[in-house]
Amino acid sequence: MSMQPFASETGVCAALMRNNIDTDQITPGHTGMKVQKTGFGEGLFFNWRYLPDGGDNPDFVLNQGPFRDTKFLLAGTNFGCGSSREFAVWALRDFGIRAVIAPSFGAIFTSNCYMNGVAPIILDEAAVSAIAGEIAPDHCTMTVDLVRQVILSPDGHEHRFHIPDLQRERLVEGLDAIDATRKRDDQIAAFQTADKLRRPWVYAVEGAAA
Amino acid sequence: MGRTFFEKVWDDHVVADLGDGAFLIHIDRHFLHEVSGAVSLKEIDARHRTVRNPELTFGTVDHVLETVPGRGMTTRMPGGDDFLREFTERIGPHGIRFFDLHDPRQGIVHVIAPELGVALPGMTFICGDSHTCTVGGVGAFAWGVGSSDSEHALATQTVIMTKPKTLRVNFTGQLRPGVHAKDMILALIAKYTADGGTGYAIEFAGEAVRSLPMDGRLTLCNMAVEFGGRTGTVAPDEITFAYLKDREFSPRGADWDRAVAYWRTLASDADAVYDMEYELDCSTLEPQVTWGTSPEHSVAIGGVMPDPAASADPIARTSRQRAADYAEIEPGSPVMGLPITGAFIGSCTNSRIDDLRAAAAILKGRKVAEGVTAICSPGSTATKLLAEAEGIDRIFIEAGFEWRESGCSLCMSGATGGESFPRDARVIASTNRNFEDRQGPHVRSHLASPVTVAASAIAGHIADARAFASKEDEQ
Ligand code: SF4
Repeated sequence: MSMQPFASETGVCAALMRNNIDTDQITPGHTGMKVQKTGFGEGLFFNWRYLPDGGDNPDFVLNQGPFRDTKFLLAGTNFGCGSSREFAVWALRDFGIRAVIAPSFGAIFTSNCYMNGVAPIILDEAAVSAIAGEIAPDHCTMTVDLVRQVILSPDGHEHRFHIPDLQRERLVEGLDAIDATRKRDDQIAAFQTADKLRRPWVYAVEGAAA
Repeated sequence: MGRTFFEKVWDDHVVADLGDGAFLIHIDRHFLHEVSGAVSLKEIDARHRTVRNPELTFGTVDHVLETVPGRGMTTRMPGGDDFLREFTERIGPHGIRFFDLHDPRQGIVHVIAPELGVALPGMTFICGDSHTCTVGGVGAFAWGVGSSDSEHALATQTVIMTKPKTLRVNFTGQLRPGVHAKDMILALIAKYTADGGTGYAIEFAGEAVRSLPMDGRLTLCNMAVEFGGRTGTVAPDEITFAYLKDREFSPRGADWDRAVAYWRTLASDADAVYDMEYELDCSTLEPQVTWGTSPEHSVAIGGVMPDPAASADPIARTSRQRAADYAEIEPGSPVMGLPITGAFIGSCTNSRIDDLRAAAAILKGRKVAEGVTAICSPGSTATKLLAEAEGIDRIFIEAGFEWRESGCSLCMSGATGGESFPRDARVIASTNRNFEDRQGPHVRSHLASPVTVAASAIAGHIADARAFASKEDEQ
């Protein structure tokens, strides 16, 4: 999967202001069991988004008018905590969400976002709540600029954020991390050679045969 | 200025500084399981990449594998068979050591990694599962990764990482009888909230940790991720060395001596400074049980259901109200005495031999209450065999527990459409996540230590194990 580049995007922003939205809620396990990396958009927030009879739950924000095309999602603290399942990020991406904006994120989720072209943007609680307060169905267009590292809220307020350079460049260019790291194989080999002298037991894995 | 334990381990693993806080970090051990592992290996194969260091990589099956006796390579979990099949087919050709379903070394990855000496002090250790931090109990720097990071590690034996800040949690005082590692970690998360440790490399320290046996340390570190931690570790000491000596993949002979000498240098220097310090007094700690849908929703066993409306912060209030609605418990009512219909002892949190022994001491000579489905799935096949050799299986079975094979089982299978507790059940479990629907549709899970689970199974409601002096003690 090559990643979709993300320099500056403008689109619909929705608010899901709950704390601790874990990856089990983002993609309940029963919706994500496929040995592949795409095709998970339908399962996003499954238990909240659909009624027991399979129909759309009209109370859930992503089922409401313009928010069906949500590109940016605002959330409470600790978004993406819980299981490491990358399905959660694939579902957000497949739905069309390019960035999640929250006061804090699960650490594994953050890494998974970088690997898949979704921007995990940290803003303080006051800023997230302020933007959430601006949003209305007819007033939900926002811009996220990863090059300048600013968000332009629906009311036109600028909020600065920071994503580490390397991760940000990869998001902006849509670069594959493995290809980039493989170019450093000499460095990795040199590390291992030196480390073998210091910690030989790490590399001499005995035990029974495979 | 001195360095912390974490900083010493980190410094020994930096392959390259990539700028602005990002580093290329060497991975010493990488464990695969059939869910995230199947996806990573499929992608590696599809792109014709090779596994750079298969000798540093291991695999087993635990997540979707059934735990019912006589199990095979099929599961009732929708789509699960594909993971078992693809993983098993793909792992072999790469020359990765694989403990399949018939291997006596099979088990939940985080349980077998220390048990086999695959995870060792001062190592970087990853697995495509959030509870990889469990093996921080032996002093490894261990964390969970997604399939893409796992793929990156398969191809390059490294991952890209931002250096986490350090947090030391001082557990002061000594635990009183009947209070366990699970209670320590639940109380900590309740005190500082589920994101209190977000992003930190957490070191668990203090008197109570130093005297915890290895199984308890593994429980403590297991739930570091429920605290938001990037990792959770306990600096290695004599308890660690005694535990690891002569394990199958532990170093031997001269290598062992060299390793121990190196491990002894890892403890934080006296003048090392942490970015943050938390403290919890263990001398007054009570057994804990959760009421809601986040591990932070825990109270002392004698406590009452808190009132969500009492939270000052509006988002916290809504979140807690939602949890209270899901749990269907009246604010102000005691948690003890809540009737349960299910009890589960298993998972990477609490299914090691010490856990099973402690639960058996409660169960011995007693019966599970009518109407309670009680299940035990030991954390590894080796643990199961050891328990059987000690007669622990008989105690569980005679009390009315189902005695299962090893795997993740009811820790999460309810969420994936596999075996689950029935809709609306109220369950007490030795697991780590009480999330909505995790153990089955609308199942309410209460997290607690194995002894609290055992006592509650017998009582038929949430109960304090200290009221159940073991029959042996009475004799
Ligand atoms: S036992 Fe539960 S928490 Fe542990 S690895 Fe398995 S599913 Fe995850």
